[in-house]
Formats: sequence, C-alpha cells, structure tokens
Amino acid sequence: MVEVRDIVKRYGDHVAVDHLSFRVEKGQIYGFLGPNGAGKSTTMNIITGYLASNEGTVLINGHDILEEPEEAKKCVGYLPEQPPLYMDMTVLECLNFAAELKGVQRSERDEMIQDIMEMLSLEDVKDRLVKNLSKGYRQRVGLGQALVGNPEILILDEPTVGLDPKQIIEIRSLIKDLSKEHTVILSSHILSEVSALCDQILIISKGKLVACDTPQNLSSQMQGNSTLQLSVLDPEHKIEGVFAQKFEGAIHVQGAWEQDVWSGTLQVDGMDDIRAELFYLLAEEDCPILELSQSRMSLEDIFLELTEAEQEVHNESDL
Amino acid sequence: MKAIYKREVAGYFRSMTGYVFLFFIFLIVGIYFYAYNLLNGYPSMNVTFNSITFVFLLAVPVLTMRVLSEERRHKTDQLLLTAPVSVAKIVLGKFLALLTVYMIPIGVICLYPLIMRVFGKVSFAQNYTAILGFFLLGAANIAVGLFISSLTENTIIAAVLTFVVMFLSYIMSGLESFLPSSMSDGILYHVMEACNVDGHFQSFVDGTFEVTAVVYFLSVMVVFVFLTMQSIKKRRWS
Ligand SMILES: Nc1ncnc2c1ncn2[C@@H]1O[C@H](COP(=O)(O)OP(=O)(O)OP(=O)(O)O)[C@@H](O)[C@H]1O
Ligand SMILES: [Mg+2]
Repeated sequence: MVEVRDIVKRYGDHVAVDHLSFRVEKGQIYGFLGPNGAGKSTTMNIITGYLASNEGTVLINGHDILEEPEEAKKCVGYLPEQPPLYMDMTVLECLNFAAELKGVQRSERDEMIQDIMEMLSLEDVKDRLVKNLSKGYRQRVGLGQALVGNPEILILDEPTVGLDPKQIIEIRSLIKDLSKEHTVILSSHILSEVSALCDQILIISKGKLVACDTPQNLSSQMQGNSTLQLSVLDPEHKIEGVFAQKFEGAIHVQGAWEQDVWSGTLQVDGMDDIRAELFYLLAEEDCPILELSQSRMSLEDIFLELTEAEQEVHNESDL
Repeated sequence: MKAIYKREVAGYFRSMTGYVFLFFIFLIVGIYFYAYNLLNGYPSMNVTFNSITFVFLLAVPVLTMRVLSEERRHKTDQLLLTAPVSVAKIVLGKFLALLTVYMIPIGVICLYPLIMRVFGKVSFAQNYTAILGFFLLGAANIAVGLFISSLTENTIIAAVLTFVVMFLSYIMSGLESFLPSSMSDGILYHVMEACNVDGHFQSFVDGTFEVTAVVYFLSVMVVFVFLTMQSIKKRRWS
C-alpha cells in the first residue's frame, strides 16, 4: 500500500508537483495519466525516494520513505523513464547486479533471473552488451531489473514506450498478470492503454490531481450529459412546444427551423437513453425524423477537457 | 555494498580508465625507481617517492572522474538510490573499489625493496614506511577525487576540477614559503597547511613514522568520503 500525503516539489519558482495526495490499495493497477511535464515522473521519483519532496510525506507499507528508506525501498521495484542500465555490462550481468543490490539470496538468484528472462523473452540476448541493444530491449531489461527481488509494489514510468506493437500487447498482459500479486503504478500518455489496463486512473495536470476514479466511473460521470443531434421535418413549427410539454425542462433544447426542417441538439441529464421514446413521440406528432445521432464524451475528451480546463485557469492567473 | 564494490572494480577493467591509471603509475614509478635505486644504487625509496608525487596529478583524475559523475549522466544512480542500500554504503563501496584498484600498483611496489635487497643492504623499515606514506597520500587524493566526481555529471569537468584542486595542493608548500614570516603562525598558514596534502608526505620521506601525518591522511579521507555522502543526499532536495 502506498500513501502519498500532500506532496509538493518545487524547482526554483516552478512548482512541478502541487499538493498531490492519493492512496494506492493492494493488488490493483493504478494509471498515472497526464500531458508532458505534468509531473508524473517527478511524483514517481518522490515515491521511490530518488527525490525528496519539499512538503508532504510518502508512506510505503507504513514506512516513511525518508525516515525508514531501506524498509520502504525493499517493497518497491522501479522502472524509471530512462532505464538505469550500465552500458558496459551484459543483460545477465545487469540482472545479477540488480539482484545482488536488492539483497536477493545467492541460492535464489539464478532461478529468479531465469524466470524473469523467460517472462520478458530476454534469453536470446542475455550475453549481449546493453549498449548494443535496441531501445525496446533496453526497456525490457529495465523492467527485468524492477521485477528482480519480487517486490510487492511495482512503479513503472511509461513501461511500453519504445516497444513494438506485439511487445506492447505482451507487456500489457504481463502487467495484468503481475497485478494479481503486486500493486502496480504505471504512467502513460496513452489513454487507451491506461483505460484498458488500470483499475484506477489518476489524471494529473500541472502537478495537480484533477481526477481519480475507475475508468467506468470517469466515463459515466462525464457521459452523464449525453447530447442528441436531431433533424425533424416539422412544417407546423410545433416541435419545441411538444418537447417542452413532454419533458418539462428535463432536457435542454436548442435549435432552429430552416423552412420545414428543425435541426438542433437535445442535452439530456442522466444516463437515460430517450432515443426510442423520441421516435414514438415524433411519430405520433407526425414529424418524421430525418436524422438522429447520439454523441458521448470519450475518455479522450474527458482527459482533454480536464487537463485543458486546468490550463485555462492557469492562463487566466498568468494575465 | 558488495554488489556496488564488485561492479565498480570490474568496471575499471572493462573501460580504459583502470589500465590508463595503472599505466601512469607503473610508468612513472618504474622510471624513477630504475634511475634512483637501481642505476644509482640509492638504497631507499623515500627520495624516489618524493620526486614522483606529481604522478597523482595525472593518475587520480583519470581514476576518479567517472566514479559518480557517470552514474548520474546515465541515470544509473536511480537504480542505486532506489534500491534498499544506504547512501553511506554506496559511497563506501565506491571508495573501497577505488582503493582496491590503487592497491594493485602498491602491491607491486612492495616488491621493489626486495629487488633492491638483491643488490645490497636495505633498510626495510624505512622503505616500507615510505610505501605506507605513498599509499596514504594517494588514498587521500582519491577521496578528494571521489568527492569532486559527485559534484558534476560531466566526467571531463570532474577530471579537470580534480586536477586543479590537486595541483593547488601540490604547489601549496611553495605558496606557503611566500608568506611573510610575521604570518608564519597565523590562521592563513594553518589553513594552507591543512590543504597541503602533499606536504604531509614529507615526514615519511624523512624516514620517520609520524602518527600525526597518518592521522592527517586518514582525516582527509574521512572528511571527503563524508562530504561525498552529503553531496549525494543533498541533491535529492535540489
Ligand atoms: N531537474 C529539474 N529541474 C527543473 N525542472 C524540472 C526538473 N525535472 C523536472 N522539471 C520540471 O518539472 C515538471 C514535471 O516534469 P516531469 O518529468 O515529472 O513530467 P512528466 O509528467 O513525467 O512528463 P513526460 O510525460 O514528458 O514524461 C516539468 O515542467 C519539468 O520541466
Ligand atoms: Mg515522465
């Protein structure tokens, strides 16, 4: 379990992380989502004890990362943005070094490393120097180093960057598997990845947490207001009166007539789908529907809206 | 700590730096030993060492420049600092690795008095005291280099800075002699004397074993290893 309380990180005048608080429960996958420079990597560096925050505390399984660093760090495996690899060592040497560094018993070491290499299909390159590996393979070795020692919590900063599509799918399913026994925190720019993989999404913008929920809740919360595009043949120009009578203000109607055709939008509160109802109502009124479509906010829109709303506030305060 | 130590020692011989360091030391020590002790038959290595303390000006920056700065440049320090290992152990592992590489030439030099023995009478006590002094002098310089390497992520800057600092300390005896005699016991003199790492080697050259000099060298090591730990810890807050 990871608990982040009110952390602040300043670089000079620039606030990279701004009063961020959240809790990560055991056995789930948490996705950090945010545009470039949002402070994802900085937050992860603070959680793992590489950086110290100016304010606030980080507890890992109850151990404060600054006060009991060794106990806290034992529980965490970290894959930073740039995999920390020694260029002049082979893949096997890198994994061995990580194992020894993390205090894995000599007797368990070989088997553990063998398992990890199998899991990440690194066996073919195990005797190659890291500096001769491609970016994707380096990423995998970095992930291997994080997995060494079987830590309870895995913190992965953009784990799928630089991998080919086949590998991305493999790594994602690997992360899914790992989440059965580990708590995983990963960061990404790719919304589809986070929403497919994670149990909880944390959206960060400009160092602030702007949303924290399950992917389902996030979409339904925002999709609560679905919008209908409608065009109706209505020679008598009575349709707005009909809507007002039928829905009594529960929907927000906006539109105009162009000769006999009314086109406009209906904004509906709540999750009800009124399309069928609308069809029968308008059939009864003798107003044939020419066009009807529903637009829902995708997670992508939510992400953009949340992070951009934040930006506007900032721009205003800059003026 | 053992993992860091082992990786580091092996690292010197994967890259050129270990060999360059050994090459410098063996070259200079070899030439002077041959000229002073073998050709001219001088039975003690004191004077030899006294003439070659400049070897550290070249050898130590080569050895220490990348020890911490490169970790930072390649971000491998992220692996070390997020592993359950304390900063103290990381720095000690590094320092012991540096000393281990340095022990290779010292070990070979320990054979030199035995070589001289073949040619005549030799005072082992005097020779081995001199070797001890030479070892301590180098080890103190290595501690300074370790600290400087922790300050920057650029290996070249680390090397140049280490060279400059060691050069200042090397000419400190000369600078001290410029002080007017009225100041020969003032604060400035004591500060300069404290920075005069080289000068403390003199007592070993004179053939006497002085505890104060040993304590001085050990203190330099402790202080700079400690400063290195602080410099790494402080960087987390920047
Ligand atoms: N050492 C540093 N000195 C000054 N500013 C820094 C430093 N490191 C990061 N920053 C700033 O902190 C902010 C957050 O950076 P961070 O790397 O955490 O972003 P991120 O969310 O990981 O972005 P990305 O998606 O590009 O990886 C950025 O505005 C960055 O410029
Ligand atoms: Mg990042």
